[in-house]
Amino acid sequence: MDFQLSEDQQALQAGLRAFVEGNYSFERFPELEKAPLRRETWAELAEMGIFSLRQGEAEGGLELGMVEAVVAFQELGRRLVPGPLVWSHLAAGLVEGAALGETLVGGLDASRGSSDPILVEYGDQLDALLVLRRDGVYQVDAAGLGMELVATPLDPLTPIAHAPALPRGDKLADAETAQRLRDEGAALTAGLLLGIAELTLDYANEYAKTREQFDRPIGSFQAIKHMLADMYVKAQQARHLAYAAAVTLDDPDTGDAIRTVSSAKVVAGESAMHNARKCIQIYGGMGYTWELPPHYYLKRSFVLENAFGTIAQHAERVADRLAA
Amino acid sequence: MDLRYSEADETFRKELREWLAQEVPRHGASPARDDWAARRVYDTGWQRKLSDAGYAGINWPREYGGRGATLTEELVYYEEIARAKAPYIGMNFVGIRHGGPTIVAEGSEEQKAVHLPKILRGDEVWCQGFSEPNSGSDLASLSTSAVRDGDHYVVNGHKIWTSFAHSAEFCELLVRTDPDVKKHAGISWLIMPMDLPGIEIRPLPTLLGEIDFSEVFLEDVRIPVENLVGKENDGWRITNVTLRFERGSAWAADIIELNSFLGELAALARRTTRDDALAWEDKALRREIGHLSAEVESLWAWIKASISETAKTGVPGLDGSAIKLGFSELNQRIYELGTNLLGRAGLVREDLGDLPSGRIVDKFLNTLSLTIAAGSSQIQRNIISERILRQPREPR
Repeated sequence: MDFQLSEDQQALQAGLRAFVEGNYSFERFPELEKAPLRRETWAELAEMGIFSLRQGEAEGGLELGMVEAVVAFQELGRRLVPGPLVWSHLAAGLVEGAALGETLVGGLDASRGSSDPILVEYGDQLDALLVLRRDGVYQVDAAGLGMELVATPLDPLTPIAHAPALPRGDKLADAETAQRLRDEGAALTAGLLLGIAELTLDYANEYAKTREQFDRPIGSFQAIKHMLADMYVKAQQARHLAYAAAVTLDDPDTGDAIRTVSSAKVVAGESAMHNARKCIQIYGGMGYTWELPPHYYLKRSFVLENAFGTIAQHAERVADRLAA
Repeated sequence: MDLRYSEADETFRKELREWLAQEVPRHGASPARDDWAARRVYDTGWQRKLSDAGYAGINWPREYGGRGATLTEELVYYEEIARAKAPYIGMNFVGIRHGGPTIVAEGSEEQKAVHLPKILRGDEVWCQGFSEPNSGSDLASLSTSAVRDGDHYVVNGHKIWTSFAHSAEFCELLVRTDPDVKKHAGISWLIMPMDLPGIEIRPLPTLLGEIDFSEVFLEDVRIPVENLVGKENDGWRITNVTLRFERGSAWAADIIELNSFLGELAALARRTTRDDALAWEDKALRREIGHLSAEVESLWAWIKASISETAKTGVPGLDGSAIKLGFSELNQRIYELGTNLLGRAGLVREDLGDLPSGRIVDKFLNTLSLTIAAGSSQIQRNIISERILRQPREPR
């Protein structure tokens, strides 16, 4: 047993961190708001292997596993990289051109009855829309949906389009594949949420060392210290469990994959939302402004909470495994 | 990144599992909580069996009679102990987990020869004399004094929260040997035989009504100088040495227990009627159980990561405080949910028919100690914030 990132995995992490910090700096957030998703940056992500990471070499992929994928998504999460990252990654091998970033694939999970309006992230820009249903994976012609962009999405870096109705589409794969994509999607989304939990901790932690009130750094006050300590615990819980979910998906003999993946989505979701909130609180008045990054992180964590199963849904799934 | 145990670990697991399957039922049920004589026989008897089978002192070095297990073997050990519901370490706790390891690291050859074999075999019970009424979280401010008089230290003071004081033969005692230097620099670590004149033990019932711990009054107690462990005034450093032995696996058994308790709660909810329906049909309850289970899983993954890190670097990481904080607070939430599920059955501290009400309520009350003992949650948060996150120290 060696439950630590290998040297190769650390190198992948470091490379991606340098890439996203260079290309998705906080200073660029206001500019990104105008057009969060651009095809040229999408092509760059494809070139980095974000979508083809787990594909075979014959398909131009890197033949890596879920661990590398979750590590990669953790880094993308740290800088709120826009785009239907998880769906396009899952579509690699299913939808032509997805792996190489030529086809922009988004998606919806419609496997449970719901009266929710049909809202699709980046809907107006998609080339293909995957729909997960109980009996399989379907592809819907995105352009034919008549989607309209909503003027004010919650997350300024995640445009949302509204579709009047969702046609059934063409069946691409069976129910088993749909379930596999739901689990892999939950694990990858947990990776993105982990990135948020970590970054908001780091960001608040640095601020608390430099921001002075009453003639000393606010980090010397227990009220702030203890908030940061709780954020640290949350981030660590999210990290190790997200990695465990990835390992278990790669090597199902090491545990109950369903339970571990669902647990990871619960803990990562809660950690991200908790830490983003506390980051805003530690920043005080400045945390409440549009100009500093914390609000983007809280808003994105709500977007991700509503992707690939909510905390409530996954918590129930864990409980069902417990009683099984 | 790999979560598979090695073949050697699995072989060890198989042997241990077979041994436990035979010995745990044979050792019988634990005696009543207030029957101290019987508890001593039960706890130390189990320690003797572990020792005879080569499972005592799992992380102690082999040269001192321990198993010298690798970190992953240690994890397997705790997994199997929990799985088999083996007797708790109980009265052997201070000797095996604290006093013994300190002597291994810092004791003289004679101290090692005298105490280590007996601790491993359950022939010596130890207690801890660290805290004082005015020195809790600020342990280094302790004021129990030890004044040199020929070949003896003459000790006067008042210790508190001393578990198993009435059953112990020895006490790991922290005393002030130099009152004129900074508080951390004047402390010494002594082995105090509990049968010396001048020691008075006053049991202090816990909120469970049990007398697990006591106050210990020390009046002109004469402790031989050869009972000093390490150097005089080096006691603070020596106290921290045992942390080296805490390699992050100590919570492993407790975490596995928490998981099996959640399974038990799920089963209980499926046979509990509340508000005209089965409690299990309550979505909110199911979600809460699932949520808590997810958090237990996260701590389990964290422990494995922490152990892997220690195995690689040889030095325990700083996460011990953070895992302790997460574990103790989660434990309270889980047993509180248990008492809530009991409803009115939780108004009594005894099992009613097939309802484990007594066990759950008592365990819930017991969990209240977890966020106080061994460094309160507030102290852990300070440690995390200052040592891991590098925030400036609070004024003190």
